[in-house]
Amino acid sequence: MMFSRRTDLPLDKDALSRFLPWLIAFMVFLAALAQAGLFGLDDLARRWDNGMAATLTVQIPADPDANEATNARVLQSAMNMLSETPGVRRSSVIPNDKVLELLSPWLGAVTAADVPLPRLIDVETDPALNVDVDVLQQRLAQSIPGAMVDDHGVWLARLIEMVRTLEALAGIVLGLILLAVMATVMFTTRTGLTVHAEAIEVLHLTGAHDRYIAKQFAGRALTLGLKGGLYGVALAVPTLLALGHMAGRMQAGMLPEMSLPLLGWVSLALLPVLSALVAGLTARITVMRNLRSML
Amino acid sequence: MDIASKTPIARFENVGLRYGLGPEVLQDVSFELDPGSYHFLVGPSGAGKSSLLKLMYLALRPSRGLVHLFGRDIATTARGDLPALRRSIGVVFQDYRLLDHLSTFDNVALPLRVAGIRESDVKRHVEELLAWVGLKEHMLARPPTLSGGQKQRVSIARAVISRPQLLMADEPTGNVDDRMGFRLMHLFEELNKLGTTIVVATHNEAMVQQLGHPVMRIDGGTIKVTPGSRTAGKDGRGGA
Repeated sequence: MMFSRRTDLPLDKDALSRFLPWLIAFMVFLAALAQAGLFGLDDLARRWDNGMAATLTVQIPADPDANEATNARVLQSAMNMLSETPGVRRSSVIPNDKVLELLSPWLGAVTAADVPLPRLIDVETDPALNVDVDVLQQRLAQSIPGAMVDDHGVWLARLIEMVRTLEALAGIVLGLILLAVMATVMFTTRTGLTVHAEAIEVLHLTGAHDRYIAKQFAGRALTLGLKGGLYGVALAVPTLLALGHMAGRMQAGMLPEMSLPLLGWVSLALLPVLSALVAGLTARITVMRNLRSML
Repeated sequence: MDIASKTPIARFENVGLRYGLGPEVLQDVSFELDPGSYHFLVGPSGAGKSSLLKLMYLALRPSRGLVHLFGRDIATTARGDLPALRRSIGVVFQDYRLLDHLSTFDNVALPLRVAGIRESDVKRHVEELLAWVGLKEHMLARPPTLSGGQKQRVSIARAVISRPQLLMADEPTGNVDDRMGFRLMHLFEELNKLGTTIVVATHNEAMVQQLGHPVMRIDGGTIKVTPGSRTAGKDGRGGA
């Protein structure tokens, strides 16, 4: 009945009704982008969390007074200790060349002889066994003074906190868009009530309940909300595909994934349904509330 | 006749009405309309005929006094119960109040659709009535394309389509020729014989005299009911 074509009120001819689908389309488009951002950021935080949670970096300080054989022995003892630690899957020494390459943006072209380079060991752990970093740190430091274990916890926590803040912001944006859709529909409906006041009075006097009149407004708003939602999604899909394509070409692991997961596409497809329901419900509530003041 | 059937269709007790802070347009109006009665409402322009009708068809609430319709005190009737009362009332407005965007058929069908009547029944009843008022050929026409008389007939058809218990008409023959005016009044007479209570506001004193129904004369905001020449026992009672 909500999609009934026959209405007693000429709501189709309202000028505002012609603009409403485009206003809703614009807001649904923004909602689709915010929602895609939400999914992308969530994916990014999960990837960082998963990627970093299972790795440690052990740092063995350089001893400029020791000879190469001593240094090699110290490094080997650290490797042995790591291999005996429950939960450590794999450990490998990062070659000095690689360390120098990582430092080159800050230090320029330097060699191992120019700077006292610490030896770094990349450790992969079993997330299920949960290696106790503090105990490992203590054991290493007892036999190798100055040895440090870094689980990347501090900066990872900050990064994830930033991503979660951005996610909250995207959620707030979605909430504001929802409020904007409701306010727009409310304004349009109120205008419609004023424009059609005489016809509404005739309907009342012929025995129409408020809900009979509200149903006509709600049905119209639902149709316009659905139309606007479809326009908005039709605009959002190519935009998101283009963004995904661009992000894919950059191949940057730090960037959020712009290609939506299945759940993202499903929720995108549900946006027109949501906009239709919000518009219909808002119109109905607005009419019911406004008519209450009439006899 | 049982007790329920003796309950007045409308009962006004010391009713006063004012618009905003203006003077009272109706003062201490008291009367009763028995079921199946037929009254003419007469009085000079601006005397309060339309205001009295508005109170009776529930478009206004009185500033003071009691209004009972179908045995219910309107002041204490919940707003949600008013539509059911309104469905028992048919109104022919002086300015027709047709919905210009709807066809003649849809305008007349409005009370039936509002009451949730099946569309097949709506079609049958509306076509039958439009044929009776001579507008079958104009079923799909919209009010702006109709003459004043045709609009008047559409308005009357809309008022009587749901066989109301109380029918009010504000100058129903003002825009139709004598022949059509007679036919419309005959329709009201037929509805009255079937038990519908009728109130017709008019300036047409000749018609009032000819039909001989009781007269509610309103002047200076007060009302006086005089019995008709042919309806002993069916007239209303009251006065200001």
